[in-house]
Amino acid sequence: MKKYILSSLFLLAVSTGFAQSEKMVKAMEAKVAAIDTTRNPAALVELANTFERIAEAEKTQWLPYYYAALAQINSGYMGMNGANAMKGGLTAVVDPIADRAEVLLNKAEALSKDNSEIYVVKKMIAGLRMMGDPMNRYMTFGSQAAEALETAKKLNKENPRIYYLEGQDKFYTPEQFGGSKAEAKKLFELALQKFETFKPENSIAPNWGRGNTQYFLSLASK
Amino acid sequence: MRPLYILFLLSLLTITSFAQRITGTLKDVKGLPIEGASITIKDSYDGGTSDSAGKFSFSTMEKGEKVIIATGIGYKAFEQAVKLDKEAIALSIVLKEEITELKAVVITAGSFEASDKKKTTVLNSIDIVTTASANADVTGAVKTLPGAQQVGESEGLFVRGGTAAETKTFIDGTLVNNFFYSSVPGIAQRGRFSPFLFKGTVFSAGGYSALYGQALSSALILESIDLPDQASASVGVSVIGGNAGYQNLSKDKRSSWGVGYGYTNLAPAFAVIKQKQEFSRIPDYHAGDANFRIKTSKTGMLKYYGYFSQNALGIRTNSIDTLGYKDAFRLKNFNMYHNVAWRENLGKGWKLNLGASYANNLDDINGALLNGTNEEVSLSGFETKNFGLETKGTYVNAKAVVEYRLQGLSAIRFGSEYNYSNDRSDYTLFTGNKYPGKVTEHLKSLFAEGDVYLTNNIAAKVGGRMEHSALLDKVNLAPRLSLAYKLGTNSQASVAYGIFYQNPERRFLPAVANLDFAKATHYIAQYQKTTALQTLRAEVFYKKYQSLIKTGVANGQESAISNNGYGDAKGFELFWRDKQTVKNFDYWISYSFLDTKRDFQNFPTAIEPSFAAKHTASLVMKKFVTKMKTQFNASYTYASGRPYYNIRYNNTANKFAIYDRGRTIDYNSMSLSVNYLPNVFKKGAGKFSVLVFSVTNVLGQNQVFGYNYSYSGHRKEAIVPPSKMFVFLGAFITFGVDRTDDIINSNL
Repeated sequence: MKKYILSSLFLLAVSTGFAQSEKMVKAMEAKVAAIDTTRNPAALVELANTFERIAEAEKTQWLPYYYAALAQINSGYMGMNGANAMKGGLTAVVDPIADRAEVLLNKAEALSKDNSEIYVVKKMIAGLRMMGDPMNRYMTFGSQAAEALETAKKLNKENPRIYYLEGQDKFYTPEQFGGSKAEAKKLFELALQKFETFKPENSIAPNWGRGNTQYFLSLASK
Repeated sequence: MRPLYILFLLSLLTITSFAQRITGTLKDVKGLPIEGASITIKDSYDGGTSDSAGKFSFSTMEKGEKVIIATGIGYKAFEQAVKLDKEAIALSIVLKEEITELKAVVITAGSFEASDKKKTTVLNSIDIVTTASANADVTGAVKTLPGAQQVGESEGLFVRGGTAAETKTFIDGTLVNNFFYSSVPGIAQRGRFSPFLFKGTVFSAGGYSALYGQALSSALILESIDLPDQASASVGVSVIGGNAGYQNLSKDKRSSWGVGYGYTNLAPAFAVIKQKQEFSRIPDYHAGDANFRIKTSKTGMLKYYGYFSQNALGIRTNSIDTLGYKDAFRLKNFNMYHNVAWRENLGKGWKLNLGASYANNLDDINGALLNGTNEEVSLSGFETKNFGLETKGTYVNAKAVVEYRLQGLSAIRFGSEYNYSNDRSDYTLFTGNKYPGKVTEHLKSLFAEGDVYLTNNIAAKVGGRMEHSALLDKVNLAPRLSLAYKLGTNSQASVAYGIFYQNPERRFLPAVANLDFAKATHYIAQYQKTTALQTLRAEVFYKKYQSLIKTGVANGQESAISNNGYGDAKGFELFWRDKQTVKNFDYWISYSFLDTKRDFQNFPTAIEPSFAAKHTASLVMKKFVTKMKTQFNASYTYASGRPYYNIRYNNTANKFAIYDRGRTIDYNSMSLSVNYLPNVFKKGAGKFSVLVFSVTNVLGQNQVFGYNYSYSGHRKEAIVPPSKMFVFLGAFITFGVDRTDDIINSNL
């Protein structure tokens, strides 16, 4: 009995502790919207730092950690010069960013297990690492990325961001290696379908990617 | 209720007070601005990010004693207590660089690393299998690096004036006793182990760590692969054999097991490609292996690899001693090797590495003199050409290394090693008399080393090793020291010093005299400049040999008589690799200059040994043509002519003397290989196939490795490869492996 009371007390404490404070929601709402629109790497780092501050002040919320990781990894992608990426061998540039994002994402995962959204960012981290040196890393990080996306799908196949990333992969793959603009288009359309029905849990839950999907769809339709 | 109350109070407070501005700059130790760092008031939402000039500013409603934290990627976190009242605060913060593997200087003097670790390495494991001249042999690829000689008449790595016996190979930390297939006179043998077994290779041409010993010149350190990415089955068919394997991965991806079997028979190749030797038994090989790998915890990994092989061959060559007769050589070999390794993080900075191996090697060798119709004969004066030799070796190697991580990257490592060997050899003379021999050795070693990183720019490795040989009843103490200093973002200098000891080779044991360890002292200085796509290395070295084995003749038998041999080797080496200049084209050039002399074994004085060329150079090229899904590899190797000698014992003077000497022609060889990957990148192909076509010595250049002399010394004969050219064609298919394709290409 005693145990029961204790654990229920504990549960109570945890659930109140884990509840989103109004302050946090307010602080985050504007920044969450910026995730979809910020392209400048420096601005993304600033965004990541902002989320990280909220995360470290709250400590019990997975969302600020998740967004901090996402903004960090986006800064990595945006910071990569297209021409340099072709040559590979940018491990010294991408690895510290990926390491940072991974630390943040691991904290998010510790607070929210088996979360499809977290696996989406995992895919992005592995993808960025691979870009550091594609020729030599595709076997390790390539399969890690694919695996993360598979898990994301398993956890929630309605998550539109999975199909958006899949579409991107198809879009950028040269045709002789199985890439296809037509297939990419299908995936982007599928992602948009999922966006139609996708209902984020609350005002700050992950809901990014729709605009980008539309943008890529227009490119793929050309 | 309480937190809410406080929150309420707090918000009340903030409403009534003014926002306070905090501004400042963030710089590194050198005074350069740090961009993108985060400045935070601890446990609050308030803070800012530094701009490209290192400046930041933000305002806060927080009041009272607070802590400001500044963090930037690659820097140590900075904390400062501040008192927030009405006055504006201006901070100038200096962040210290964090000592990280990515930025820290690496001690590279003497060694080349090929691995897929995060850090940029000179080579990676794929390079080993795609080097044209290597023929998928680990040491074949290593031979294209500076420091290694192009010795074609026998196997092994001859490094910086050292013999092949002065190089030792280690798998997962433990010594491998018979890394190569058993020697055949005049024909270099391959390594036993597939390069696909290893994820990391370190080739040290000198100055290596105190964790390794018993090698005067060089250590080849191999690290085996961990869990595979997925379960797969593989089949390989080539013109000289076939292999099949299965690799299972458990559902939870925490353990795997695998088995493989291969058979090689050179008959089809020999039918097409004419061999210099006549084969009484065409070489064939059976090899099987098995493995399991278990993740014992989040950080722990237990690995087992087991291997056996059986091979046989017989050759006949025209006898140089007696015209019209032939020398026959037959060999049967059985080898078995088991290796278990376990590594685990014990927590609190402690790491443990345990490894043990058990191996058995059986050789059954027969020598005979044959007449024109291949019948065994005995000729007066050449009776000893008819002999039998059976050897049986049993080896146990075990090693334990404990590592304790200090601050940053600094660490101390210590442990011990035990090497047991039992070599039996039964020699049967032409008379039928048997001469059994047995040598048992227990070698026990203790070692310790410390990695000291003062900053990202200076690192030192200080170590020592102590060995006790039960066989010699002697102890040695070997200090090792290396330092590295970062000169710029991409360049560094390193130096290494060390003393290395080695037991006398088994063939000199048991000896009539009391023998000691042979000793080598290395001094190495290196400059290296690396970017992600280019590497330049220059290295100079000096190596001093002491206490090398000298031989003499007693009762008509050559045997070890003392440790009075000596020698030295000095030289410089260059390495240049470039993946940048031409798109999708990768090449490296290595050059070695070697000046060495030694007086050892039966050398009458200090002379240039026959296994050392003054100049050695390699050019290795790789080009992947994406449209054709084909990789083209080519390599060209050059070595200046090596000296050769006819050294015989002069019975009247009671000493060895040089009766003839000369220098071989220069060595040139060009090799090509083409790998066609029809399914690469194809999504959901479900199989990965490679078609391999390779040709060694494409130009058919004459190669002479040395000369054999007749007993009398009147005749000499060039030692040349069994065939001028070798052609290989094979197909290898792995099922169930999806090379995840799209993701890379989306980024290519």
